[in-house]
Amino acid sequence: MKTVRRDFLKVAAVTAFGWGICPTVKALASGGARPSEGLFFASRHAVHVGPNALKAQRWAMVIDTTKLNEKVVQDIVQVCHTTHNVPDISGQQNIKWIWEAPMENLFLDDLHEFQPESGAKTALALCNHCDNPPCVRVCPTKATFQREDGIVIMDFHRCIGCRYCMAGCPYGSRSFNFQDPRPFIAKTTPDFPTRTKGVVEKCEFCAERLAEGKMPACVEVSEGALAFGDLADPESEVRKLLAERFSIRRSPTLGTNPCVYYLV
Amino acid sequence: MLEKAIQGSKIYWGWIATLLLLMSIGAACYWQQLSHGLTITGLSRDVSWGFYIAQFTFLVGVAASAVMLVIPKYLHNYQKFSKILILGEFNAVAMVVLCLLFIIVDLGSPQRLMNVLLHPTPNSILFWDMVVLNGYLLINILVGWVTLEAERKQVAPPNWIKFFIYLSIPWAVSIHTVTAFLYCGLPGRGYWLTAVLAARFLASAFAAGPAFLIMVTYIVKIFTGFDPGKGVLSTLGKTVVYAMCVNLFLLLCEVFTVFYSQIPSHMAHLQYLFAGYHGHGVLVAWMWSAIIMGVVGILILLVPANRERDNMLVIGCFLIFLGAWIDKGLGMIGGGFVPNPLHEITEYVPSQLELGVSLGVYATGFLVLTILYKIAIGVKAEVE
Repeated sequence: MKTVRRDFLKVAAVTAFGWGICPTVKALASGGARPSEGLFFASRHAVHVGPNALKAQRWAMVIDTTKLNEKVVQDIVQVCHTTHNVPDISGQQNIKWIWEAPMENLFLDDLHEFQPESGAKTALALCNHCDNPPCVRVCPTKATFQREDGIVIMDFHRCIGCRYCMAGCPYGSRSFNFQDPRPFIAKTTPDFPTRTKGVVEKCEFCAERLAEGKMPACVEVSEGALAFGDLADPESEVRKLLAERFSIRRSPTLGTNPCVYYLV
Repeated sequence: MLEKAIQGSKIYWGWIATLLLLMSIGAACYWQQLSHGLTITGLSRDVSWGFYIAQFTFLVGVAASAVMLVIPKYLHNYQKFSKILILGEFNAVAMVVLCLLFIIVDLGSPQRLMNVLLHPTPNSILFWDMVVLNGYLLINILVGWVTLEAERKQVAPPNWIKFFIYLSIPWAVSIHTVTAFLYCGLPGRGYWLTAVLAARFLASAFAAGPAFLIMVTYIVKIFTGFDPGKGVLSTLGKTVVYAMCVNLFLLLCEVFTVFYSQIPSHMAHLQYLFAGYHGHGVLVAWMWSAIIMGVVGILILLVPANRERDNMLVIGCFLIFLGAWIDKGLGMIGGGFVPNPLHEITEYVPSQLELGVSLGVYATGFLVLTILYKIAIGVKAEVE
């Protein structure tokens, strides 16, 4: 009798403990009405968008390096930076969301000196919107966070400018406003906020355009070199391209699981 | 006890005035930074942390050194350290103040500083660094003040303070461990991505921190006649030299791992720091000076007779302190960012305004240190 009661108490205690912990953990990780919005820990945020919005389970980009040429690259960089009021600052304190970089710098571990002459010499660098983003992990204020559809995005008003995310990003995709960017914007696009000095910024996969049912600006002007779509949908253009062609990603061994793929 | 801080000689007030002057120079430089942004620094898109964060990293170590007095005194009942214990604790207070100030001046948007508390984020190591640094500050203020007050009243310190004294031991280790974790958990930064980083930080801290304490105690002795007691500083010198040996050993472990494995992304940073990389190497002369100072410092202090001689002890401590400062305060942060993730090289040299701000911050820390030491020495003189 005594043993039974003791066993019962053990089970009851463990159950009570488990019941007590689980909702707490959930509450810590969630908080607020939606379970995905983190009060304490950075967790994935639900996407609140209108009826016309383009939606996906996991947004991804495929860059066909063979289709990039000088003009396309220029157009892409130009349209991105104009659309998002990215200031044109020269020197080492510059700001860039998408830019052209030599293939050997982008793929340090994957290329060798005997590549075919015909292969692409350069490609585009941008935020990889990692599945497991180090920048989100290190941010002390959750100013940079990840949405449920995978997009890694910034709250410019919460960023304290500690630049931990810049140290954390293994792709050099982040820029810091060392000074007031506004004097360096040739023509301000009113649809997108300008930033102030002292905050970090980067590519946001045109989240604001997706919300209006439009594809990212870079994809629109890419003349087919850039594809954008849902990685979770086998019928999407990105999945078809990845199934047909050989593709690589930047530093996949770091475990970040980047969602920008390069066709070579 | 605070009244002791406002009763002093002409030299004392002259020193205070000098510090205030340096602080106003720093404030003027910081005003430039507030108005124009961090563009006034030598930082760049590629080297996004620099002199400020490096000073913070180094000073965390100097702060942690109090534990090298607390452990012998409270865990081994080594009573000789009783007299200078308060100097270690108050030094920790001033150094943590410096650390916090260096973090604040590094922020791009300091007006939003409180976001770290408003949106607490335990998955960020910076959040934990905030917790442990502020905790260490409070512990040392509390312990220092309570024990000094007891000393003044010539009674034994209350028993409850023992809890905080013992707590300060693991806490001191935690501040430098967490500070190392800021760096060593980042993928793609080969120079920092090593488990030995926290251990190395602690080793260099327990060398540089007590070395600093020894030098400061000598200065205090010269100006106030405060006698730390026979053999106290030479014993502390032993800690300095052993810790520096461990530090150099860990550096060699790192060098072996990196170069025997031949992994380019890990080799590049050490090559940049010690040999120059693709023609870039502003830090090479500095890094070798640091190594030479460390080794010479060790050779001096390893000889017991040298530790007993005031001049040799101070020279040895100075070399080790400076070597550790160059290693952490210049090389550690810059070296981690060069080359950048795309293997491009952007070098970093702090700007004059950046150094001006740092000067002001250092002056503030030394003002705190001076005032606290003035109080401590005043109380000790009064008791005697």
